[in-house]
Amino acid sequence: MSTVIEVSGLSKRFGKVVALDNVSFSVGQNKICGLLGRNGAGKTTLMQLLTGQQFATSGTIEIFGRSPVETASVLERICFIKESQTYPEDFCVKHVFASAPWFFGGWDAGFADQLIDDFRIPTNRRVKKLSRGQLSAVGVVVGLASRAPLTFFDEPYLGLDAVARQTFYDRLLEDYAEHPRTVILSTHLIDEVSNLLEHVIVLDQGRVIIDGAADDVRSSATTVVGPRDAVDAFVGDRAALSRQGVGGLASVTIHALTSDERHAAGDAGLELSPVSLQQLIIHRTNSSSREFEQSA
Amino acid sequence: MDAMRPIFIQIAQRIENDILSGALLEETQVPSTNEFAGFYRINPATAGKGVNLLVDAGILYKKRGIGMFVADGALARIRANRREQFRDEFVRPLLAEAAGLGISRAQLADMILSDTNKEEGVA
Repeated sequence: MSTVIEVSGLSKRFGKVVALDNVSFSVGQNKICGLLGRNGAGKTTLMQLLTGQQFATSGTIEIFGRSPVETASVLERICFIKESQTYPEDFCVKHVFASAPWFFGGWDAGFADQLIDDFRIPTNRRVKKLSRGQLSAVGVVVGLASRAPLTFFDEPYLGLDAVARQTFYDRLLEDYAEHPRTVILSTHLIDEVSNLLEHVIVLDQGRVIIDGAADDVRSSATTVVGPRDAVDAFVGDRAALSRQGVGGLASVTIHALTSDERHAAGDAGLELSPVSLQQLIIHRTNSSSREFEQSA
Repeated sequence: MDAMRPIFIQIAQRIENDILSGALLEETQVPSTNEFAGFYRINPATAGKGVNLLVDAGILYKKRGIGMFVADGALARIRANRREQFRDEFVRPLLAEAAGLGISRAQLADMILSDTNKEEGVA
């Protein structure tokens, strides 16, 4: 499978602030990739660099095999839906959709109309009069209907209600199945998108701390629950991602177990429970649990 | 879904369950990977992994240009596999829970036998 994004040793500093610190990863063609992490982790900066809207301090970026900065042949294949897109002052919603085909060669007006109906977007209203959720919906429609070979959604659904978010996931999956393309989805609603992702990249304080196939990442940890002594004996000197206790009970999250180890845990009267992608990321990016690991 | 197992394995098990229950008959077509992905709201590549697992196990086979079909003998093969896993998946946890509650093996056997008597006629 060919590679669409290839990043190597990428750093970005704003004055004294290190937004990205020696980041390297690659994303294969036609994958839906989650770019996850806490506020200020560097997600938006990374997407600005990948789309040629910022200059890197050091390191290299190749998109479709070339640097994105001022490379028309790369940029015309990219759609970047930003968290807070601004439009010309007197633009109505219909002007947004009328101008989209100028920028996106793959624009499907019929699909856009269907999505406008789905999201109930008032097309005659001025963009600045839209609610936060409606503004997000406009971005989602542009992102989906542009069918760009590489589409970035940066927190695309601020203010979108649960129905509209579900509509977004359903339309994304349907259209992706018919028109495969590479999608980078940055979001804080990890549980909601977890099953849509094939590839997961997690940034924390400007560094990549998780980069792998979603299936592998999802099954990379397990929580052991039971009487404190039994849990401690079972966990032994395995690295603990988090540890909680109440009374004589303890709950410790550790790396995934083999099936023999799972049987051993069952025989010791311990309960094993899965760790969701969201929980895993909380454990890995929560500074209090990191201090715990260092002190352990 | 049972979050303990990877999603692609859960998809494979769902399809197996449908074959076991008779919802999917041998030599009939199963939904496409994209249809599974849409229905369960999962990534199509994940759904494809689940389907491929069953292709490798000889449960499904591909007809070029048409789609996936349930293989001849799939039902018997799934039954045989599930019977092998029965002890680990069901008997062991049952014994562990019974031991925790102080139910003796003899009492447990009684319970099972009296339950099967109620369902007389069921093989």
